[in-house]
Amino acid sequence: MNELLLGLADDELVIGWRDSEWTGIAPMLEEDVAFSSIAQNEIGHARAVYELLADDADALAFDRPLEEYRCAPLVELRLLDWAHTIARRWLYEEADRVRIAALKDDADPAVAGLAAKIDREEVYHRIHAEMWHERLRNEPRFRDAVADLWPYALGVLPPEQRAELALRVGLDEVEAIERGAHTDELAELWDEMTSVRRSAPSGAQW
Amino acid sequence: MVSAEQVWAAFSEIPDPEIPVVSLVDLGVIRSVDVRDGHVRVEFTPTFLGCPALEVMKRALEEKVAALGAEPEVQVISDDSWSTDKITPAGREKLRAAGFAPPAPRETSAPQLVQLQSNVFRCPYCGSTQTRLENIFGPTPCRSLRYCESCRQPFEQFKTI
Repeated sequence: MNELLLGLADDELVIGWRDSEWTGIAPMLEEDVAFSSIAQNEIGHARAVYELLADDADALAFDRPLEEYRCAPLVELRLLDWAHTIARRWLYEEADRVRIAALKDDADPAVAGLAAKIDREEVYHRIHAEMWHERLRNEPRFRDAVADLWPYALGVLPPEQRAELALRVGLDEVEAIERGAHTDELAELWDEMTSVRRSAPSGAQW
Repeated sequence: MVSAEQVWAAFSEIPDPEIPVVSLVDLGVIRSVDVRDGHVRVEFTPTFLGCPALEVMKRALEEKVAALGAEPEVQVISDDSWSTDKITPAGREKLRAAGFAPPAPRETSAPQLVQLQSNVFRCPYCGSTQTRLENIFGPTPCRSLRYCESCRQPFEQFKTI
């Protein structure tokens, strides 16, 4: 199993899940729509990458024990504060664009083609994140949120891609919070995320 | 024996599950149809990867092929070969007539906020370009929300991808 791609798929699945938690309760109706739509895209990206890795994407997505998930701690955090939520969206999109750009040059045409497709869709996520960044970047609460999440954002990328991220967001590299160990919040999310699958192991029919 | 023309004609009757005014052929999501000895191989490209209608469309393609008495094989191709530029001229006109502004052409560089905020997007109701961006995101991943300052009509604008 390609660990880098599995990490990407797990990140997209889990951030999609976290973004969808704003559906219905975002501070503005526009953001309700935006977060729901972004979440739908991210989960679609996760599905497409799982399909590259396995014949049964649902089985790969939902039948693994918690410790086998490869997502970065950044996406696992349950954020209830808007400043942190926007800071994560901005940092995540900036990190994601660095790794997706690299995957567009992958030697495997299936990987490169999918990365190009994902990149097209994420243009709109980046515009959304940049719009909010522009609006909030001088606000102390937002700056604190970015500082809190910065070590997590670095952990989204392999070490060789981190300098580029630091340059893009204008922050100095610090010690990253690495992929591998999971936050306590993921256990609760895993329980919710896999509950349908565990209740109908042969596949739920709708 | 079934012909490729018959298969394409049958596919042009499949409405998009979310915007039924256009067919899957209008949308340009069918990349190829290959007919061989009663076996029909179809390459199908999703619009957006998170499109919830993907399975429904795939099944509809299979059913049409089966109804022609052939064996379907529908392959979903998740690469960058589909873009909103693949929507046919007839498809664009059907969208516009139904109140959906068709997408702007894909350019070499990715769209930017300043472009989305510019008033080059035409209202599908009155034709005015005095329209403003309300939300990059809309009811489905493929659409944005805009508002026409001239006829005061909110409308949905197809994103360019």
